[in-house]
Order: sequence, then structure tokens, then C-alpha cells
Amino acid sequence: MNWFTNTLWTSVGKKLLMAVTGLFFCVFLALHLVGNLTIYAGKDAFNSYAEHLHSLGPLLTAAEWGMLLFALIHICTGLLLFYQNFTARPERYAVNKRAGGRTLGSATMPYTGVILLLFVIYHLFNFHFVDKTHTTIFQIVSTAFSKPSYVVIYTFAMIVAAVHVSHGFWSAFQTLGANHPKYTPFLKGLSLVFSLIVGIGFGFIPIYVSLLV
Amino acid sequence: MTKSINITLNVWRQKSAGVKGGFETYHAANISTDMSFLEMIDVVNEQLTLDGRDPIAFDHDCREGICGMCGAVVNGRAHGPEEGTTLCQLHMRYFSNGDTIVIEPWRAKAFPILKDLAVDRSAFDEIIVAGGYISVNTGGAPDANAIPISQEIAEKAMDAAACIGCGACVASCPNASAMLFAGAKISQLALLPQGRPEAAQRALAMVRKMDELCFGNCSNERECEAECPKEISISNIARMNREFFKAGIGSAVM
Ligand code: HEM
Ligand code: SF4
Ligand code: FES
Repeated sequence: MNWFTNTLWTSVGKKLLMAVTGLFFCVFLALHLVGNLTIYAGKDAFNSYAEHLHSLGPLLTAAEWGMLLFALIHICTGLLLFYQNFTARPERYAVNKRAGGRTLGSATMPYTGVILLLFVIYHLFNFHFVDKTHTTIFQIVSTAFSKPSYVVIYTFAMIVAAVHVSHGFWSAFQTLGANHPKYTPFLKGLSLVFSLIVGIGFGFIPIYVSLLV
Repeated sequence: MTKSINITLNVWRQKSAGVKGGFETYHAANISTDMSFLEMIDVVNEQLTLDGRDPIAFDHDCREGICGMCGAVVNGRAHGPEEGTTLCQLHMRYFSNGDTIVIEPWRAKAFPILKDLAVDRSAFDEIIVAGGYISVNTGGAPDANAIPISQEIAEKAMDAAACIGCGACVASCPNASAMLFAGAKISQLALLPQGRPEAAQRALAMVRKMDELCFGNCSNERECEAECPKEISISNIARMNREFFKAGIGSAVM
């Protein structure tokens, strides 16, 4: 395995890990959003979506463990890169000015990332690690979002996710070596559109549910 | 039209490597707007010398934007505010009377400060030594066009080869990454048939050397490409990544 670790344990290799796991999470976000949108079709549609998902059984468990592994890779590598980048410039500039490359998303990747990590843990404790024997998932969700603090936290977290992905999506393609005058502008546009879909798509669900009850 | 302006400079002064430095303020009076930025520092230095003070150390050589020796961060911008311009080619007409200009050296762990604005960029030389060459025995000059190369590829290789190794990409990168430089140097050879035989070896060796020298990791901020005086594109970083993956996963080179 020497050549393998030798390749992955370089700057470019670590970026590859970030890009592959990051893009995987983008696909996950898209699927998760499609599932969540069933809530607009009503309580029964949402509950039945959840039931269908859980009827996958071992397949779902495998997907969950896979995601945990990818999350660990993305988070640990991301934090390591952040630390290395920080130490690569021990003495900072007195004056910092952007030349036009940096965006809100690119400048905040590690910070939006850490907020997302805290949010994901919070989110799992809200809706995943809960006793679901005498209740439905819709019940749990609507009870949670009847509290304004939940609505605020969730909506904020989704804006943070949108900012993270606005840079991450395009950046992952660049890291993978996919840069071409013909389609890079399209990918940059798609990055923005995807982040808006994530922000608006997920962000309005807590507000909608809170208005229902 | 030629004008004269009076400006205030806040310059990073540091006696030698590893000692504590700090900003010092100088007033530069009657600076012709036709002067280059380096000529302006020359004028300040002449006065400092006459006053018996230590002149500001800074790197320079050709003063025509081709050698890559000059460079400083001016008001937070590597090589100053003009796009596609080295510090020696930046003119004082871009500044106004009464301006305060903050001048700092390139800042990166891999580029230790030697004195004032002069930094040690031998880390770039080490990256080149690791693989930025082709091994050929010099013989008789080959016939022109003996190896057909398309116009498109020739242009791309030439664009990458425009890199003068100034280090502005590292200086302007929020992560102090050298990937634009390494990407340009790997690309200029990877694109051409003469560079292919050693492409895998080169990509692995140069990236590993870059990491070893404590440069940061690219996070696609694109500040380098915006500041590069030769406007090297980050498509060269993407090409370096492709070359690296091909070499690391697809080649027999360890
Ligand atoms: C839904 C969750 C997430 C998604 C969709 C996501 C997606 C992405 C993508 C696509 C990238 C770009 C990779 C590249 O530039 O090659 C990225 C980078 C990054 N992510 Fe995430 N991420 C998520 C969660 C997190 C979390 C929880 C952290 C926690 C620390 C994190 C930290 C980072 C960092 C630091 C980077 C920048 C790495 C670099 O380029 O130096 N992300 N993310
Ligand atoms: S890529 Fe541009 S900024 Fe970097 S060393 Fe080469 S010429 Fe200078
Ligand atoms: S002194 Fe040669 S490029 Fe500026």
C-alpha cells in the first residue's frame, strides 16, 4: 500500500480526498432534499417516504456507515489542511486586500465546515437518535419546529451549507483536474445554482413546518 | 503628463533572517509619476544613505518585467494594484499625491525574509531541481518542426512557460501555496512530447518537494491567478493534479 498512501498523503492527494468526499456529500444533499420535499405533499407523504427509506434495512445501514467514514475523511482532512495552511504563513500581512479571486464561500470553507459539523451532530440527535416507537417522523419534526429556536438554528445552518457548497462544488471539479474553457464557466454557474437550491430548498422547510402548527 | 507627488511609505524593516522586524515610516517628496515603483524606492534609499541610515533592501534585476527578481506586497496586493504587472513595471502614476503606501515582503514559511523586503526564494529552485527539467544530451540542433505540435498545444505550453518564478502566487495565496508555480512548471513540460517520457516522475517529485518545503495547500481561492504578473491560469493547477493522479495511480513510478 506504499504507493497508495504516498499518493494520497500529499497536498494534491489530500485535496483529492476532500473533492471526492465533498462531491459525495453534494449528491447526498440533493437526494436528502428530494426526500424532504415530500413534506410539502403532506404528513402522510412524508411519513411514507421515511418508511420506504427505512424498509431498505441493511442497505440503509451500509449507506449510513459509508457516510460516517466519508464524513470522518472529509472532516479530518479538512482540519489538517486548515492547520497546515495556517502554519504555512507564520507571520501575517498587516494589510490584506483581495485581488478578485476569493469569494465569501472560498474564504470561509473551514469555518462553514465546522459549523456544519456541529449542526450535523445536533441534527442527528434531534431526528435520528430518538425513540420512534410511539410516534411518526412528521410528529417529531413538527414538534421540533414549533419551537422558534429550532427554526432559527436550522434555517441558519442551511444558509451556512449553501455558502460552503457555493465554493465547494466548483472547487471539487477543479481539484479533480476538470478545468476546461468550454465547461468550467458552466460548472461555476451550476455551483451557485446548486447552493441556492440547497439554501432555499432546505431553508424553507423549517419555516413551512412552523407555519403548519 | 508628468507630475510630482508626495507620498508616505510604511515599509517593513528587518535587519536579518529570524530577527524581529517592524514598520518604519518614510516621506518621499517630489516623486515623478513617470518613475517606476523601484525607482521611487531608489530615491528614498539615496536620501537614507545621505542621512547615514541603512537603505531599504529589495530584490530586483532586469527592471523590465522578465526576470522575476522583484516583488513586494504593496497595500495588500502582490506587485501592487495593477493587473499583469511586476513591481518594477508598476509606475507611480497609479498613485496619488498624499497617498500612504504600505510595503511588505512576500510572507510564507517557505520564503524566509533575508532583509527588509528581500526574501529567500530558493525553495522554488528546489522544486525545479526535483523535476522541472528534461534529460537530454545536447547534440546537433534538431530540425525545426521535426516533431509536429499543434498551435493550440504550443500556445498552452508557451503560456505556462511565461512564469518568471517571482513568487507572487505564493505571496498572494491565502494558504501560501506554490501550486500555481508548480502547475506552470509541470504543465510547460507535460504538454510537449519532449516532456512526456519523464512526466510521471516529474509530477510526483515536484509535488512531494513542494509539500516538504512547507508550502500550503491550494483551496482554489484563485488569488494567485489574479495577482500573477504573467497571468498564469489555474487551469495549469488542474493539469498538475491530473498529471499527479495519472502518475500516482496509473504509472509504475513509486
Ligand atoms: C453537507 C455537508 C458537506 C458538504 C456537501 C461538503 C462539501 C464540500 C466540498 C464539495 C468541498 C470542496 C472540495 C475541494 O475543494 O476539492 C469541501 C471542502 C471543504 N470542506 Fe466540506 N462539505 C460538507 C461538510 C463539511 C464539514 C462537516 C466540515 C468540517 C470540518 C467541512 C470542511 C471542509 C473544508 C475545511 C473544506 C476545504 C478544504 C480545502 O480545500 O482546503 N465540510 N466541502
Ligand atoms: S505563476 Fe505567476 S506569480 Fe507565480 S511565480 Fe510564476 S509568474 Fe510569479
Ligand atoms: S526586476 Fe526583473 S521582473 Fe522586476
